[in-house]
Amino acid sequence: MMDEDRLSREEFSIPVELQRQVAIATLDKIYNWSRRNSLWPMMFGLACCAIEMIGAAAGRYDFSRFGTEVMRPSPRQADVMIVSGTVTKKMIPTIVRLYNQMGEPKYVIAMGACASGGGPFKEGYNVVPGVDRFVPVDVYIPGCPPTPQALLYGLIALQKKIDTESIKTARWYKKEPSVPIPIPVLGPDLIDPRDLSAIKERSQKKSQEEPEAATGDEEGIVHVS
Amino acid sequence: MSVEKPVVSLADLCSRYEGLLVPDERQGFEGYLISPDHLISFCRSLRDDVGYDYLSSVTGVDNFPAEQMEVVYHFYRTTGGPSFNLKLQVSRHNPVVPSLVPLYPGADFQEREAWDLLGIRFEGHPDLRRIMMWEGFEGFPLRKDWREPFFEDEAKPFKSRWPDGQVIRSEDQNPYKNNVRYPNDFDPEQWTPVGDDALYKGMLNLSQNIQSEFKTDQIVVNLGPQHPSTHGVFRMVVVLEGETVLSLKPVMGYLHRNHEKIGERNTFLQNMPFTDRLDYISSMSNNFGYALAVEKLMGIRPPERAEYIRVMMAELTRFLNHIFSIGFLLNDLGAFFTPALYAIEERELILDVFEAVSGSRMMCNYFRFGGVARDLPDGVLEKIKELVNDRLPRKLEEFERYLTKNDLVRIRCEGVGVLSPEEAIALSAAGPILRASGVPYDVRRADPYSIYDRFDFDVAYGLHGDIYDRYLVRVEEMRQSLRILKQVVRDIPEGPIMSGKPQYQARVPPGEAYGRVEGPKGELGFYVVSNGKPNPWRYHVRAPSFINLTSLATMAKNQKIADVVAILGSIDIVLGEVDR
Repeated sequence: MMDEDRLSREEFSIPVELQRQVAIATLDKIYNWSRRNSLWPMMFGLACCAIEMIGAAAGRYDFSRFGTEVMRPSPRQADVMIVSGTVTKKMIPTIVRLYNQMGEPKYVIAMGACASGGGPFKEGYNVVPGVDRFVPVDVYIPGCPPTPQALLYGLIALQKKIDTESIKTARWYKKEPSVPIPIPVLGPDLIDPRDLSAIKERSQKKSQEEPEAATGDEEGIVHVS
Repeated sequence: MSVEKPVVSLADLCSRYEGLLVPDERQGFEGYLISPDHLISFCRSLRDDVGYDYLSSVTGVDNFPAEQMEVVYHFYRTTGGPSFNLKLQVSRHNPVVPSLVPLYPGADFQEREAWDLLGIRFEGHPDLRRIMMWEGFEGFPLRKDWREPFFEDEAKPFKSRWPDGQVIRSEDQNPYKNNVRYPNDFDPEQWTPVGDDALYKGMLNLSQNIQSEFKTDQIVVNLGPQHPSTHGVFRMVVVLEGETVLSLKPVMGYLHRNHEKIGERNTFLQNMPFTDRLDYISSMSNNFGYALAVEKLMGIRPPERAEYIRVMMAELTRFLNHIFSIGFLLNDLGAFFTPALYAIEERELILDVFEAVSGSRMMCNYFRFGGVARDLPDGVLEKIKELVNDRLPRKLEEFERYLTKNDLVRIRCEGVGVLSPEEAIALSAAGPILRASGVPYDVRRADPYSIYDRFDFDVAYGLHGDIYDRYLVRVEEMRQSLRILKQVVRDIPEGPIMSGKPQYQARVPPGEAYGRVEGPKGELGFYVVSNGKPNPWRYHVRAPSFINLTSLATMAKNQKIADVVAILGSIDIVLGEVDR
C-alpha cells in the first residue's frame, strides 16, 4: 500500500544513502495503515451467514490474509462487528449492548440481506428490518448468504473506508464522550427508547381513529402479562 | 428397553375407546379425534399397552373462522412402523388441553411453543412460559386473525409488490414506520419489562436442598446469547454450585424468524427456499422433508433418476453435517479451530458439488415437487464418484486416526452427558442422540421413504449414551453414508428428473400430510395442511434440534460447567432450526 514513489516525494529531500531505509508519510497514512490491517472481528454469529463467515475464516478463503484473523469473543477487544444474519427483536437489545461495549474505533458490517434490510424474513413479526435501524452500518454486503468472496470484498471495502479517515476528524478523538445507543426494550412489541413520544402519540391517535376496528382486532387474544 | 410388551393391538385399544375415539373423516385427513377428558388415559394405554412410546410431534392448527382449534399429535413406535395420529378439538376462545408432559416429557418444548404461538393452554404443564417470543409480547402470532405489523395480504403473491412500476414499502404503510405494532392507548413510559428474575428465582429454589460438605453459595450464570460455545444465539441459564451444574434451562427464540407464519402466506413452492434456511448447514435434507410432505398430499412420486439424485444429495449433506459438527465439537472441547479446519476442507468440496447442481453453496433450493430442479451438469457425477470412492473415505480415516483413540478426547467425552435409552425415548430425542443411547431407530429403516429400502446400510448405534458414543455414531453414519453413496453412483439410471411439467403453482388437494426424513440432526418432519388454496393452511416443522434440546437439562445435570459446553456441542444444534 505504501509504494515508494508515493511516500518519498520530491518535496521531502532524503539523503541518497537513506533512501531505501527512510520513508516519509503523513501521520494519517501510517495510523490508518496500521488500523486497516489489523481489523479484529467480533466472534459473533447470528444465523446462516455466520457459517459462510466461518468458511471465510477457514483454509480456502482465509481472511487472515487481510489482517482479520483474530476473532475475539469479547466486544471489548473487537474492532468490527460482522452482523451475520437475521436480527430479531428478541436479539436486538443484546446487539445494541454489544455495540455499546465495543471500544472506539469501531465498525459494523451488515452481512447478508437480513442484516441489511430484513431479507426474506422482513415481513416476520419478530424480525428487525435491518440492523441499521439501531446501529450505524459502515458496509453492507448483499447476498443470501454472501459467499466468502463477497465477505472478503466487504472487508476490503471497509479497509478502503478506513483509508479515507483522518485523526483530525475522527469521532473518537472528539472532546465530548461518545453517547451510547439506548437499548431497546421488549414490550408488547419492540420499543425503541428514542421514539417513546412518537409511539405514545401515534398509539393514542390510532385509538381515536379506529376504536371499533381495534377492539375487533383484539378479539380472542388472551393477554399474557 | 421399555418396549417389550405390546400386549394389546391398536385395533383393540381403539375398540375399547369406541364412541370416545372418532375417526377423522374429513377428506384427505387421517387419524382419530378424541375429547380432552380422555386424552391422558388413552395415551397411557397407547404408550404402555400398545407400545407407541415415541411422541414425535405436537402442534396446533387454527381452524379460523370456525370457532375451533386443533391439537395434533403424532406417535410412533421405536420398533418401527407408521404413525398414529391423534387430534383434539377445542374451542378457540379458551383452548385448554391436558398436558402430555407427565407421560411424554418430550412434549415439553413443543407444548410451550403451541402456547406461545397459538395460545393453546396445556393444563398440568410444569413450566408453561413463552418460548420463542418474550413474556409480555402481545397476542398469539400463529392465529389466523393475528396480523403482523408488515401485513400486506392474506396470501402471496402480494398485489402490492410492483404496481405500475412503483414499489410500495411496508414501512411506509405502517403507522410507526417500522415493523412494530402496539395496543391502543399504549404508553411506553409506563411499561415495565418482564425480566428474567422470576426464572432465576425459580431455578434457585428448585435446587435449594443440596447436601454439600462446604457451605457454598449457588449462583446463576447465563451462557449466551452471545457466547462462542453456543453455536449461535442460544442461551443457557445454569445454577452452579462450585463448578457443578445443579440445574439448567435453555432459553431460545433469539433467531425466531417466523418460518411458519411466513410459510402460511407463501405458496407451496415459495416455501422451498425457506426450508433451506431452517437447518442452514444441511439444506438439501430440509428440501427433502418438505418435498415428501407435499408430494404425499399431491399423490405424486418423482422419477427414478430424481430419486437417486435426491438420496445422493441427502447423504452428501449428512456427511457434510457430521464432519462439520465433529470439527466444532472439538472446538468446544478446547481444540480451537484446527480440527474444524480439517472438517471445513472436506465441506468445501461437497459445497462445490452443491454449487454445481443448484447454483448456490448453502441455500440450494434444489428439490421440486415431483423431482429436482435440474439434472446433474456434465462432470459432476465423476466428481462425486471421485469424492465418494477415494477422497472422503481417506479423509475420514485420517480424521479418525487423530481423534477416535485420542486420550484427551476420550477423557473429556467418555461418561459425560449420559442419556439412558428410556430417557432418550421419553424425551423424544432423535437422530444420533437417540441412537447413541442404544436405540437403533432410524427413519430410513423404521419407516422407509424414497428409495432407501433398496440400499444396504447399517444403522449406527451406541451403547453408553455419552458424548463419545455420539461422536462414534456420527463417524459410523458418515461411513454408512459413503456406503449408500457408492451404491447410488453405481446404480443411478438415466432418465427424466421431473414427473410432469415443472409448475410454478403446485395444485395441492385439501388434506393433511406429515412427511419425515432422517435428517443429519434427527427426525425432520413437516406437517402440512392444505385447504385446496395455493398456499398451505398450516405449515409446521418438527425440528429435530429443537426437540433434542429438551434432553439438554437431563444430560447436563450434575456435570461440570465446562462439560456442558461439550454436551451442547454433542447435541449438534443449529439455531435456525431450533428457533425457526
